[in-house]
Amino acid sequence: MSEETITLNVTRYRHEKDRAPFIQSYQVPYREDWVVLDALNHIKDELDGTLSYRWSCRMGVCGSCGMMVNGEPKLTCSAFLRDYRPGEIRVEPLENFPVIRDLVIDMSGFMDKLTSVQPWIIREKEKPVSEGEYLQTPDQLDAYQQYSQCINCLLCYSACPIFGLETDFIGPAAIALAYRYNLDSRDEGSHRRNDVITDVNGVWECTFVGECSVVCPKHVDPAAAIQKLKVETVSGMVRGFLMPWSRK
Amino acid sequence: MEKEMIVNRPDNSKMYHPHMPTAWWFRKWSYFLFMLRELTSVFIAVFLVVYLFQIYHITQGADAYWEIAGQFRSGGWIAFHGVALIFAIYHSLSWFKTAAVILTPRVGGWMVPPWMVVALHIAAWLAASAAVLMLYVLI
Repeated sequence: MSEETITLNVTRYRHEKDRAPFIQSYQVPYREDWVVLDALNHIKDELDGTLSYRWSCRMGVCGSCGMMVNGEPKLTCSAFLRDYRPGEIRVEPLENFPVIRDLVIDMSGFMDKLTSVQPWIIREKEKPVSEGEYLQTPDQLDAYQQYSQCINCLLCYSACPIFGLETDFIGPAAIALAYRYNLDSRDEGSHRRNDVITDVNGVWECTFVGECSVVCPKHVDPAAAIQKLKVETVSGMVRGFLMPWSRK
Repeated sequence: MEKEMIVNRPDNSKMYHPHMPTAWWFRKWSYFLFMLRELTSVFIAVFLVVYLFQIYHITQGADAYWEIAGQFRSGGWIAFHGVALIFAIYHSLSWFKTAAVILTPRVGGWMVPPWMVVALHIAAWLAASAAVLMLYVLI
């Protein structure tokens, strides 16, 4: 009995050979428990060693294996072949990013944006270690925990047409992470972050398409973070205007 | 001293730079609904200008108002107002949906669920509409 297979149509681009990306089809064995990443690994190991793509943990934690699967941004380690059967599967690099090779996109623009929002705890003055930890109540943890789940997989950037049109937009993940640290009771650096995220390429670029939250594999809801930051920015401005003494 | 993150940058000239197609908003239903929501603003803006125009003619006396009101009884204007009404309802509902994302009120330790935030907004909207209708009937 012949082995059951499934067709993967994979985008290829090799700058030394190709002027533009093209589609290459591969027949891979169909397994009930295989994900798209398993199929790509089979291609790499058994059929075509020249195929390039990123992956690491295989369990939805590292955020490396984000690709377009049948036109939707997905972590390929959690996109099961069985969900696409009996049709063919189209695998493309994440949309809205320059392509380095095959399915590998250039993340350096995102890394710049991430750095610009300073996603780490900022203290005006660190207390000495001898004074102990910065304690937090469960409610204080709960305030930001959802936004701390981001794995920087960039699916949200790929789903965001605003980022596709305005690539200077800081974007969903970086803003959600900025908001995460603004909400952290141990942090004192929100004014520094807000200078960046309320600037021209920040939250006001967002017109709330909402797809960033739909595709997020960790349910971070970056769209909510951006809309809440808009409200907080405006209410802060009004408060500062009406009560100048309340400004920090 | 701030530390700078070192990022290895690939050669820009060797990368393929994709472009958003002009008709990108036809590719997904959610993108199309988003563009439709943006378009509703145009109709609502035109409706408000027409409304202000009518209010201005009320201040010029009954004859001036009824003269201009007669012009808005044409099929084209009725169709425009029908479309503007549908778009205003769609815009309002999408706004309430946004409110449920932004507003996450807590009552004691209980977080009010988003559907309830939307429902309360719709209830307030219907109450305000009923109040306006009552004013029309009473006056």
